[in-house]
Amino acid sequence: MSRKTSEPKETRITNHPILTFNRGKKVTFYFEGKPMQGYLGETIAAALVANGIKVFRYTEKHKRARGFFCAVGKCSSCLMVVDGVPNTMVCMEPLREGIRVERQHGRGKL
Amino acid sequence: MEIAIVGGGPAGLSAGIVAARLGAQVTVIDDNSRLGGQLIKQTHKFFGSRTHYCGTRGVDIAAILEQELRKTGAEIVLNTTVIGHFQPNILGLASSQQFTKLTYDRLIIATGAYENNVLFENNDLPGVYGAGAVQTLMNVYGIRPGRRVLMVGSGNIGLIVSYQLLQADVEVAAVVEALPYIGGYHVHAAKLRRCGVPILTSHTIKAALGKEYVTGAVICRVNRKFRPIKGSEKRLKVDTICLAVGLSPLIELLSQIDCYLVYIPELGGLVAWHDENLQTSVPGVYVAGDVSGIEEASTAILEGRIAGAHAFLSLKGRDANPEAEAIIHDARQELAVIRQGPFGEKAARGKKQLQQYSPARPVIPQ
Ligand SMILES: Cc1cc2nc3c(=O)[nH]c(=O)nc-3n(C[C@H](O)[C@H](O)[C@H](O)COP(=O)(O)OP(=O)(O)OC[C@H]3O[C@@H](n4cnc5c(N)ncnc54)[C@H](O)[C@@H]3O)c2cc1C
Ligand code: FES
Repeated sequence: MSRKTSEPKETRITNHPILTFNRGKKVTFYFEGKPMQGYLGETIAAALVANGIKVFRYTEKHKRARGFFCAVGKCSSCLMVVDGVPNTMVCMEPLREGIRVERQHGRGKL
Repeated sequence: MEIAIVGGGPAGLSAGIVAARLGAQVTVIDDNSRLGGQLIKQTHKFFGSRTHYCGTRGVDIAAILEQELRKTGAEIVLNTTVIGHFQPNILGLASSQQFTKLTYDRLIIATGAYENNVLFENNDLPGVYGAGAVQTLMNVYGIRPGRRVLMVGSGNIGLIVSYQLLQADVEVAAVVEALPYIGGYHVHAAKLRRCGVPILTSHTIKAALGKEYVTGAVICRVNRKFRPIKGSEKRLKVDTICLAVGLSPLIELLSQIDCYLVYIPELGGLVAWHDENLQTSVPGVYVAGDVSGIEEASTAILEGRIAGAHAFLSLKGRDANPEAEAIIHDARQELAVIRQGPFGEKAARGKKQLQQYSPARPVIPQ
């Protein structure tokens, strides 16, 4: 194991001294209309981070960017619009084939 | 359902195992897709004074407990959050597709804890993650949270997650700690230092830099009163800031049920008052594990056993299965031994303080 990193680096870990990752089937989903790949068995948030997406939504009043924070469905930082449904907690929501994921602006409309 | 258990971490799992083995009908509900709670993210070998699992990796302990629970035939409900409690004894369960109700006779709340945040400029920027989130990404999904990380907090969680970042081939720029000493075990700190990671005591984070997401951090030295020392600021180029600054018990459900809550800093903040059997001020409602006070996996397992056995006992009577009392007795003794050790001492103080309060007279003791 080395501390120095060899850039640029894959976000997905393939070699780990202890863990092996049994990723599910590879699927395509859409982020802001753009096709991206992820694996079944992971959350939408995990797939987004793996694709380098850090900003998940913008706040209502100050338009501040928000991303992933707690990963356990407790902080509401990760609310996005998924297949048209706003306020979807993407750190808990499993990734599915073909879903459309969009950044949420403000509170989201029904 | 005879006994409903909310949370499938070590506390909830062992409560379920004990209660089901004794002969109760049990349901364990967890909001994740896998059982194990915090344990599924723990790749290191566990410390623990007298636990059966000492030296075993957390993720393997989770697998052992899950297998034991499945053998009992208990009902397991995953991907489902308990979002509310309704009178007199009904839980509201939500999954992404539906909302259902579950009626119980005895309830064990083993929801664990959530991570604390800390105050600094731009602490809401994407790229500022809780240590648990970083662990989920890395150890559950195999995804690097970033390339270069600043770790805030040198307790065991901060040290262990820093080491896990290195194992995932992510650079750790530094660990900052506001206290003048390292909070966690020295074995963990030594490992990091051997890999060349600086652990800066009497230092804190002052700001996160970046417009849309983290591109750097400002750290500085603090004085004895934890005030930043002017002129000591330093900029670090990092893309991730990981916060490992403590946990607070997840007490929302307990508060909804109107359990008597007490503020005990040694236990991590507000906790539900409970007796030796882990029963709260509301009869038939129990707590176990981190939600009853932040401790460790071994104590969570033992508390789970006590709560599970006592829930069974209070429901079915002692003649239903004489083993229940023995389980409670043994687990209590083991807990006492662990809490006498140097690392259990703080929690022991907290639990003792809790006993000075009384739900019958909810006032602040002198
Ligand atoms: C980095 C790190 C290292 C650690 N190292 C050690 C170690 O070496 N040795 C040791 O003994 N301990 C260690 N611990 C501590 C140990 O992991 C915890 O003390 C233990 O997991 C607590 O168990 P628990 O069952 O109380 O809670 P948790 O493990 O947190 O489980 C609670 C479960 O309940 C679920 N839940 C919460 N609310 C709801 C709800 N409303 N509906 C449905 N489900 C819900 C949660 O999602 C979770 O799955 C470590 C912890 C961390 C973070
Ligand atoms: S990241 Fe906290 S709720 Fe999703």
